[in-house]
Amino acid sequence: MSEPANTAPADPRPAAGPNWQPRIIGFLCYWCSYTGADMAGTARMKYPPNVDIIRVMCSGRIDPELVTTAFARGADGVLVCGCHIGDCHYITGNHKTMARMPLLKRILLDMGIEPERFRHEWVSAAEGEKFSKLVAELTEQVRRLGPLDWPGLMRARGVGHGMDLKAWGE
Amino acid sequence: MSTNPNNAAPVAKLKIAKYWAASCGGCDISLLEIGPNLLELIKIADVVFWPCAADFKYEDVRNYPDGYIDLCFYNGGIRNSEQEEVARLLRRKSKSLIAYGQCAVDGGIPALANLKTVKGIFNASYHDNPSIDNPAGVEPQPVTPSEYGDLEIPRFYPQVLRLKDVVPVDYEIPGCPPQSDRVWEAILALAGGQVPLQNRNVKVACYDKAVCDECKLEKRNVRIKEFKRVHTSIPEPGWCLLEQGYLCVGPATRSGCGALCPAAGMPCEGCYGPAGDVVDQGTAMVSAIASMLDARTEEQAQELIDQIADPTGTFYRFTLASSHLKARK
Amino acid sequence: MTTPHVHTKEGYRRISIDPITRLEGHGKIDIFLDAEGAVADCYFQVPELRGFEKFCEGRPVEDLPRITPRICGVCPEAHHMASAKACDAVYGVELPPTARMLRELQYNIFFVTDHTTHFYALGAPDFVMGPDSDPATRNIIGVIGKVGVEIGGQVIQCRAWGHEAAAIFGGKRVNPVNAIPGGMSKPISQAERERLEEIARWMVDFGKFTLKLFHDLVLANPAYLDLIVNGPYIHRTYSMGLVDENNKVNFYEGQVRVVDPDGVEFCRYAPHEYMDHIAERVEPWSYLKFPYLKGVGWKGLVDGKESGVYRATPQSRLNAADGMSTPVAQEAYEEYFETLTGDRSGRTPVHHTLAIHWARVVEMVNAAERALELIRNPEITHPENYRTLCLGTPREGVGIVEAPRGTLTHHYVTDDNGIVKKVNLIVGTTNNNAAICMSVKKAAQSLIRRGGEVKEGILNMIEMAFRAYDPCYGCATHSLPGQMPLIVRIRRPDGEVIREIRRDRPTA
Repeated sequence: MSEPANTAPADPRPAAGPNWQPRIIGFLCYWCSYTGADMAGTARMKYPPNVDIIRVMCSGRIDPELVTTAFARGADGVLVCGCHIGDCHYITGNHKTMARMPLLKRILLDMGIEPERFRHEWVSAAEGEKFSKLVAELTEQVRRLGPLDWPGLMRARGVGHGMDLKAWGE
Repeated sequence: MSTNPNNAAPVAKLKIAKYWAASCGGCDISLLEIGPNLLELIKIADVVFWPCAADFKYEDVRNYPDGYIDLCFYNGGIRNSEQEEVARLLRRKSKSLIAYGQCAVDGGIPALANLKTVKGIFNASYHDNPSIDNPAGVEPQPVTPSEYGDLEIPRFYPQVLRLKDVVPVDYEIPGCPPQSDRVWEAILALAGGQVPLQNRNVKVACYDKAVCDECKLEKRNVRIKEFKRVHTSIPEPGWCLLEQGYLCVGPATRSGCGALCPAAGMPCEGCYGPAGDVVDQGTAMVSAIASMLDARTEEQAQELIDQIADPTGTFYRFTLASSHLKARK
Repeated sequence: MTTPHVHTKEGYRRISIDPITRLEGHGKIDIFLDAEGAVADCYFQVPELRGFEKFCEGRPVEDLPRITPRICGVCPEAHHMASAKACDAVYGVELPPTARMLRELQYNIFFVTDHTTHFYALGAPDFVMGPDSDPATRNIIGVIGKVGVEIGGQVIQCRAWGHEAAAIFGGKRVNPVNAIPGGMSKPISQAERERLEEIARWMVDFGKFTLKLFHDLVLANPAYLDLIVNGPYIHRTYSMGLVDENNKVNFYEGQVRVVDPDGVEFCRYAPHEYMDHIAERVEPWSYLKFPYLKGVGWKGLVDGKESGVYRATPQSRLNAADGMSTPVAQEAYEEYFETLTGDRSGRTPVHHTLAIHWARVVEMVNAAERALELIRNPEITHPENYRTLCLGTPREGVGIVEAPRGTLTHHYVTDDNGIVKKVNLIVGTTNNNAAICMSVKKAAQSLIRRGGEVKEGILNMIEMAFRAYDPCYGCATHSLPGQMPLIVRIRRPDGEVIREIRRDRPTA
């Protein structure tokens, strides 16, 4: 059955242009993951530049809202990294993360966001190689999926001024 | 336009209007629930547009001067073209436009449709349905030619929008429906000039803190050991339902209702939307509930999470259109 | 909102009534006049759809008694109960006696409240003031002016106490939450029982009073009686309603019984069999579907024994049953049938649409009496039997109640975890969609005469045709302005307005 004549098509946006690059936001905890990423850099490990890294003190600080905001603002992919369970600098910070992220994943799925776009991994300060491989893999997966362009989708569906970001100082 | 049987000098009464978009009528009923205060209301106000209860037409509203209506309560979400059209009309004609009730403020329950596609909705309603007899696959159309002329019905929108998605809104009264005591307080404040008629998305007729603040159930500060469903177990009376494992969305929900549902033995379903400055109720609840689990390993956490049957529908039941993502792709 | 230049064909004129008002939900009417000014056709269109049948998919089934009441905030309890009953059936549980009584008690008190609101604010004005009386006073204010402020206060009290009862049961005054799969979320205490008995007792008296009011103001007036019996508001259709094992009207539970236009039983089914008997059609010019009786077949928007169109209204319930389950209501039932058919037994169905208002008052008394019966049962306060656990494997279930405006069907299919896979809802007014279209058209055709002027009084009488069906809530507020502003715009085929008849308030 074709789209009802009674409404606009579900996704009326044109396909991605040839110069499109995946834009991925990465939330990394200072003590483990960010240090690990830093180590990858110092060791000159090569990985794609598509991840914009935001450093937080602990992965437990990563409110699931940060992830949905990133997608809502135009990220094509989101990465969350923290210390391994048992290694959290604040002892129990990542215990929150280990429950929040799986629950969030279910919501993202319900919203139609392909599961490959969101990655949650534990990366220790010594795992620079793991980090660089992770970024390469994620970037490639997102590249294959194409742009998400959530703001464009909402605009096309008639949402007036985009998202409510008052809580974040907008 | 006040009733003036003695031909005395006219007293300027407030002009109020109430419109319903994609709504259920509960908000209109809730306004009536101010009970004896109705008599006070009609002393200070005249209704100039209220399709469900009074007999003014769209044409009357079009003929009013701009800003003629003092207080306009708009309830219901914006699901079709007519509802948006009327929102824009009422915005022009009103000094103060108030989003009344969850549907207008955050999308409400109709916004759960944002988890489905329009095609899916039409399919379930008009095609794939046990009692449907529709071999020709007929669907409602914005325009249908007839022997005598075109028949029109509004265009169904791709997703439910909130009032503030299409027009600037002065005040917001959350709740499904808003509790009448709070509503009356808000009306008095507006009528009495204690707050300006013009503002921007200011929440009224509610409190700032979470429902837990109003809830009388005992909080024992224990972690959740398992999740339960209301029909397969009996809660211990007097003890916090969430701590017992019932999916009470109270921590992520604005108070002002009096925590009526937990008092009746049922978990809060979140009908006042997010508390404080929170914008996205669902992620707030994810954050809260994940912090309460009795889990020390990822496996334990996953086991508990797997017991939550429907996080999206439970945490966003009344606020999907206000979430950051708003609708499924 | 019809666009200003919607196309009308050469040789025809269109009259649009948009929006129709004092009705729950949204609607509009388009009347087409031919070259001589006679009604060629008339369409009653419903311009809204929300999609509950779809977005309930994926939800845990026990959440549906809290989600589905948001279909209608005037009768949330109807959906609340139908949904809880469907959930009971999904889990295959049998309710303990106290649970069942509590449900029926809560439901009957709600029924009185809802019928009160509709009768006084919606129905009474047309009769108390007169169908073509001055529109400025043809409303609840005018009614109160004529019958007294005291009565207005009583109406408010009935609604207030009714909602207080709802809060006693289920926390909130609008959208109570206490009906769950297997029973209720909490029992009622002795103190609550006493208050509820006080409320129920008062409601019985108020019901009797309302019956008397109807007699004095309507039936004792020959002009009104004539309008009810001889006006253009009659359709001989099938009638549907829930009946108990004695074939008496029951709002909460029973079997669905359908009688033909002559009163002969046509079919009778348990909730889970509804699909064998009812089907729904779709038209492109309305979002609302058109249910009809499968056993007869769809013959279009026509009445009679050969057409599958049926009605589900208070009148239909009285037609479909053999009597009322309580004494005062039974007396009223017999008088109703004797006046309108000459036969006290009720075997001959009543088809006069305006008499639905009368049937509504009979039901009001019945609901109050039934509530009083239930509240006096000593088991009603049992501290444990207010629910049973749902521990079986969920599958599929149907719950049916009589909503004030018609038979309400909830049908759920779930997976093994009780997560909803499919929902089908046939909501009260939906049953009457075809009949309402027909009633409006018939009224228009009778009242708008070839070559005649489309006077203002005609507009109200067309509205009376749909108003009788809908219990909605013209609402018990005192702030109604009194007038039914209607604007009739007559256009040439190119859209130019050639005449406008206004019946509206000055825009001072």
